[in-house]
Amino acid sequence: MLIYILKRLVYVTPVAIGVSIVCFLLVHITPGDPLSAILPSDATLELQEQMRAAYGFDKPLPVQYALWFWKVIHGDLGTSLATGRPVASEVGRAVSNTFILSTTATLIGFTFGTFFGFVAGYFRDSWLDKLASGISVLGVSVPHYWLGMVLVIIFSAQLGWLPPTGAGPDGSGGWRPDLEHLRYIILPAITMSVIPMGVISRTVRALVGDILNQEFVQALRAKGLGEYGVFKHVVTNAAPTALAIMGLQLGYLLGGSILIETVFSWPGTGFLLNAAIFQRDLPLLQGTILVLAMFFVALNLIVDVVQTALDPRIQRG
Amino acid sequence: MRVFAVIASFVLALWSVAADAESVVRYGISLADIPLTTGQPDRGAGAYQFTGYTIYDPLVAWEMDVADRPGKLIPGLATEWKVDAADPKKWLFTLRHDVKFHDGSTFNADAVIWNLEKVLDDKSPQYDKRQASQVKPRLPSVASYRKVDDYTVEITTKDIDSFFPYQMLWFLVSSPAQYEKVGKDWDKFASNPSGTGPFKLDKLLPRERVELVKNADYWDKHRIPKVDRLILIPMPEALTRSNALLAGQVDLIETPAPDVLPRLKQAGMKIVTNVTPHVWNYHLSVLPGSPWTDVRLRKALNLAIDRDAILQLLNGLGKPAVGQVDPASPWFGNPTFKIKYDLAEAKRLVKEAGYSPEKPLKATFVIAQGGTGQMLSLPMNEFLQQSFKEIGIDIEFKVVELEALYTYWRKGAKDESMAGITANNIAYVTSDPLLAIIRFFDSRQGAPVGVNWGYYANPKVDALIDEAKRTFDVKKQDELIGQAHALVVDDAVLVWVVHDTNPHALSPKIKSFVQAQHWFQDLTTIGVE
Repeated sequence: MLIYILKRLVYVTPVAIGVSIVCFLLVHITPGDPLSAILPSDATLELQEQMRAAYGFDKPLPVQYALWFWKVIHGDLGTSLATGRPVASEVGRAVSNTFILSTTATLIGFTFGTFFGFVAGYFRDSWLDKLASGISVLGVSVPHYWLGMVLVIIFSAQLGWLPPTGAGPDGSGGWRPDLEHLRYIILPAITMSVIPMGVISRTVRALVGDILNQEFVQALRAKGLGEYGVFKHVVTNAAPTALAIMGLQLGYLLGGSILIETVFSWPGTGFLLNAAIFQRDLPLLQGTILVLAMFFVALNLIVDVVQTALDPRIQRG
Repeated sequence: MRVFAVIASFVLALWSVAADAESVVRYGISLADIPLTTGQPDRGAGAYQFTGYTIYDPLVAWEMDVADRPGKLIPGLATEWKVDAADPKKWLFTLRHDVKFHDGSTFNADAVIWNLEKVLDDKSPQYDKRQASQVKPRLPSVASYRKVDDYTVEITTKDIDSFFPYQMLWFLVSSPAQYEKVGKDWDKFASNPSGTGPFKLDKLLPRERVELVKNADYWDKHRIPKVDRLILIPMPEALTRSNALLAGQVDLIETPAPDVLPRLKQAGMKIVTNVTPHVWNYHLSVLPGSPWTDVRLRKALNLAIDRDAILQLLNGLGKPAVGQVDPASPWFGNPTFKIKYDLAEAKRLVKEAGYSPEKPLKATFVIAQGGTGQMLSLPMNEFLQQSFKEIGIDIEFKVVELEALYTYWRKGAKDESMAGITANNIAYVTSDPLLAIIRFFDSRQGAPVGVNWGYYANPKVDALIDEAKRTFDVKKQDELIGQAHALVVDDAVLVWVVHDTNPHALSPKIKSFVQAQHWFQDLTTIGVE
């Protein structure tokens, strides 16, 4: 097993280097000038050239890449051009904020998704099924930035019940799950939860329908087991798949959502990416994309290793 | 008696709570992040009001507490400045006594020299590339500097330049002692800054908020902040800001979304606007081959615009532009070409130049799809496109991102990237003679030196600018710049459309706020009940 893990780690290395090259190139071939993050807009061409040399943007791309990569493998993601703060600490804080938001959204999505899924699956083709399915289809179809704006207009601007932006009364510093902070997370988390809710609900509905048609359920019923007992068996059988889907959805959400985080000024990775893109803050953009990409590489590695541990037949390479 | 004692102590307790209660104002600002807090803020002219003139002071300040007329230069950390009669390149700044930095150290000539080195001398240990890149473009005239005595500094300019004091508005003074204290590290200084300004920084949470507290010992007693704590919260989306104000999350905001204005007013919010040194324009190329070498066509473009209709589009958040600066500005002068909406005259001029709606002139303008200062970029451009079509000028747009537009703009109209393009559409800051007039209309300010994008050249304008630079009497200086401006308007060098009015929306809680006719606002004037 240890050898397998080491082998997988060796395979990850070229992938990681490839990811870093793609990150670097993607960022550098986009139009715009990184110096716009530093210089006032009315700076002259003369000063721009001086600053280009001072920041090393006049060097050939391969040299710039090599310098950046050397720092990255030493754990230094560089310094944000726009703010002068270390990229690693900016990304670290954003990742923790996105983690808080996406886990909350996943929990909401999973709770309502499984509920609607079970109801729809259990009472197939009834009006309850149609209602629950309708809600889940709406969940996956509605543009969530639009939903976010609508929720803000209703619950913040009109009713004044919930704050429209930010991560807490004092910003994201010292986030804790108390009432005051939870008020800030409700709207973005609900907005973010509609897609996982729709996906989980539709999966669970299909799953419950399948299980109910299986022979063992008929056998249970034939043996005279009550409806509650049957329901418990259905839940036990549907749970692993539903949980797997929830895990996948959590993975997607952890990547951050530029739209939702921007609408709600939630200081996560999506918000950071948006700021970095608009400011042409290349080191910050490269650093954030690299961290997110490496997160997915690591996630895949973990999944491979866990799967192999559970079922040695699927050992790869 | 006992009952009386209980009531009395209750009232006393209430009174002491009320007396101790800190007055707090939360301000939703339009920037995406907190500007630099080390001394020289980044993110443009508008950022100086947030982390510049709050924590720090310049030697020469801008009068920001008047709303009914344009402000003027006033003493800041320098009580007086004058040019050396024998050598008009030498400026002597007399510094204010008894000024302390927030860390308790003393402000003096050494601190000024140390700060000049901080941004102009890349060999000095305290040189900060980041601050330098902000202020270097604003201090183009400085050649050298030296300490004369503990409270006098001499700065020598490259050429004779009577406008030099305007450049000093951008130069802010950080504490050398605090820099030593935080281990000579500007990143650490950013979280623990020390200036001489009316506010001290209490908490900084990058991208989220900065909390400033009143500096009760501030040297200028007229500028002691009216609130104890001012919290600045970046909210780059106009709609988000407006919703935050409606929800009571903030107490005032910059630039509300025009669509939400009726809702804000209905909720009891006050909308404050004022003339602002900004102009939304088309900067025309007058290089050979451009149709705009013909002054008749340039004038026709200016006359074809119904500016009142554009204001309706902006829900009233603007002011018609009849020149580079507003007529209230001391640099407006007396142009003979009166800019107004005169469709018949515009059509006549176009016809005289050989074009008509049937046989239109075709041209391409480069514009931005939006961005700071560009107002409602696309709707306004489309409106103008229709207006010009009516007089026989067909405009096609090349739409780019604002940052890309800036890059094109710095290169000038001669650059090969501008082939086929005869105008650009960057909204300009026009807060002083250099920014408003000289950099655009002096023939020696073509790229890469300056941003005379269209290469306009008028020897009379150049001569007036030269004379103004050698004139140290401010009134006479204003007159000369006004004459230059009048010539520029008469030549219809640009197509002037509207000035921004820098709207702010205030909740009923805010009882005082003076909006100066500038990008610089004095946040010490914000007061609550």
